[in-house]
Amino acid sequence: MLLKRLTDACGMPGGEGEVREIILEEIKKYVDDIKIDRLGNIIATKNGKPGYPKVMIAAHMDEVGLMVKSIDEGGFIKFAQAGGLDERILVSKPVLVGKNKIQGVIGAKAIHLQEKDERETPLKTKQLYIDIGAKSKEDTEKLVKLGDYVAFDSEYVEFGNNLVKAKALDDRAGCAALIETLKHEYNVTIVAAFTVQEEIGLRGATVAAYNINPDIALVLEGTLCSDVSNVPEHSYITKLGNGPAISLMDSRTIFPKNLAKRIFDLAVKNGVDIQYRLPSPGGNDAGAIHTIREGVPCAAISVPCRYIHSPASVMSKDDFEGLKKVVKLFLEDIKEGEYIRD
Amino acid sequence: MLRDLIKELTEAHGLTGFEHEAAKVVEKYFKSYSDEIKIDKMGSLSAIKKGKAQNPKRIMLAAHMDEIGLMVKKIDDKGFIQFTNIGGIDQRTLLTQEVIVHGKKKLFGVIGSKPPHLLEASEKKKAVKMEDMLIDVGFSKDEVEKYVSVGDPITIRRKMLNLQNDMVAGKALDDRAGVAVMYECLKELSKMNHDCDVYAVATVQEEVGYRGAIPATYHISPHIGIAIDVGFGSTPELPKDETSDLGKGPCIGFGANIHPKVYEKLVEVAKEYNIPYQQEIYPGATGTDAWGMQITRGGVATGLISIPLRYMHTSVETININDIKNAGKLLAYFIVSLNGEDLEGMLCY
Repeated sequence: MLLKRLTDACGMPGGEGEVREIILEEIKKYVDDIKIDRLGNIIATKNGKPGYPKVMIAAHMDEVGLMVKSIDEGGFIKFAQAGGLDERILVSKPVLVGKNKIQGVIGAKAIHLQEKDERETPLKTKQLYIDIGAKSKEDTEKLVKLGDYVAFDSEYVEFGNNLVKAKALDDRAGCAALIETLKHEYNVTIVAAFTVQEEIGLRGATVAAYNINPDIALVLEGTLCSDVSNVPEHSYITKLGNGPAISLMDSRTIFPKNLAKRIFDLAVKNGVDIQYRLPSPGGNDAGAIHTIREGVPCAAISVPCRYIHSPASVMSKDDFEGLKKVVKLFLEDIKEGEYIRD
Repeated sequence: MLRDLIKELTEAHGLTGFEHEAAKVVEKYFKSYSDEIKIDKMGSLSAIKKGKAQNPKRIMLAAHMDEIGLMVKKIDDKGFIQFTNIGGIDQRTLLTQEVIVHGKKKLFGVIGSKPPHLLEASEKKKAVKMEDMLIDVGFSKDEVEKYVSVGDPITIRRKMLNLQNDMVAGKALDDRAGVAVMYECLKELSKMNHDCDVYAVATVQEEVGYRGAIPATYHISPHIGIAIDVGFGSTPELPKDETSDLGKGPCIGFGANIHPKVYEKLVEVAKEYNIPYQQEIYPGATGTDAWGMQITRGGVATGLISIPLRYMHTSVETININDIKNAGKLLAYFIVSLNGEDLEGMLCY
């Protein structure tokens, strides 16, 4: 299954190779041209009819994780964060170190040996380390080198009411939806950008958008979903199971309202569940794309993900199916000459 | 084989008071090396291996098969489950963990909380309290209530991890590692002659105060009782004198909870058979089944073997398989060394 393969694969910012290989294999039959640019973005073009606009669709390949910073005398691995992580979730988790995916654990001092106030204070990254069961520094160095990427060890699980638990749903859900989108035929020309380094500042999308020079852009994402108890409803941002979420405003982009509304109304008209992503913090590749060259009209459509940026992110398969439908509906709705710039 | 057993044991669910599933794994493996399996009223499982003597003395081994975990407190209006803990749980280890809720059927769930982007700066400095966490099983309240009710046990879901140098990590290795030691001991004994009857007991409810060991010991009334549990393994942040090293052999405990002659004999056997061992001292309570065993009936001569374990009471507890093998061997040779021994004399002060 595509989404399982994509979420099981590891790809930290700057080290997206494994994900890139899967995507290249999946899309080659369905596109007319594939390029990999200087930063590692996949730029795949699917030609449409003359007179129709060039639509860039972006989904990022990278995920948040860790990177090996140093190895101590006992062979324990100190690490840094690659991408924004809530460090409170790191402790008591299994991880995979380096290309060979060496299994390791992030442990913590036994509760019996803690002072009471220790239990009340979150552990910081600098207090934590990875244990791969090595005997010494030399022992670890045989298997691990500085700069190796570290991913969460978390498998794809289906549960509840058509829900999925996996790591990296942000944004392999977007990658999977984009791959599926490429399997259909359209009048518009699609340039699919599977981007790198989104999690450390939308780096891949910046150069991809410049090179593609699109008439219009869509960003497919996994986004914040805080619809849990103890959170007031206005802070939910999105609700799980209420359909894909279309962005209005986040930390990086004020989206053109007419484009967002057009997509929203189109979904409603066709009986596909859709919701607005409530204006709130966060950002995605649209932040880079919409200011490229003379500016690009941009929309972002996302799958809501609870516990995002953790090994156990949760999304609804219904929302994911909805995302694919909405994207297809919009691409088919674009008329000849629309959005085309001089 | 031993690795397979450890994998099955650590992945089996058996919250304190709900050890049934873990007991099934124990029975499956222990029955091939014992003469009889008994489960007592509390749920502790004894595998009995008969000795050759006319009136055999009784040696009891005890390792607890229960694990720390959580319990359903309330199902809220949105279908999220609020919970409390059973046993000593560090609340900081729970966020975004995967769990199994053992209701009418097993439900997969994820432990969530208020997301980090909604926290005030002051909130981020404090660990999330267990009462502010929730379990998301992905169903509405009505659906959850069909399967789950207050008091249902919840355990962490964790597959065993294979680390380097014969080390493995997982949940509940405290004290399924000890259960694996008893298996190794029974297996060794099947190749030897021993006078004493051996009772290998996988006890229940140790994590809330060795409650299973007490009636089990009463029932067996052993001449010698040895608990096998886990001890603090060395890690960078812990002082050397409070820990022992993984892979350097099991620890033989010494202190008030341990009969000095049992301690001496264990050390003597380890030396004689070149079995690596470490020492662990307990000025007072050991917090193990041995603490309960010692004062059962008219008093029992107790011993304590512990397997060094890192990150105790997390879901990534780490041990070295060789320590388990060596502990099993040590106990088997100890039991054989009692052949022909007048225990009354040996245990005399």
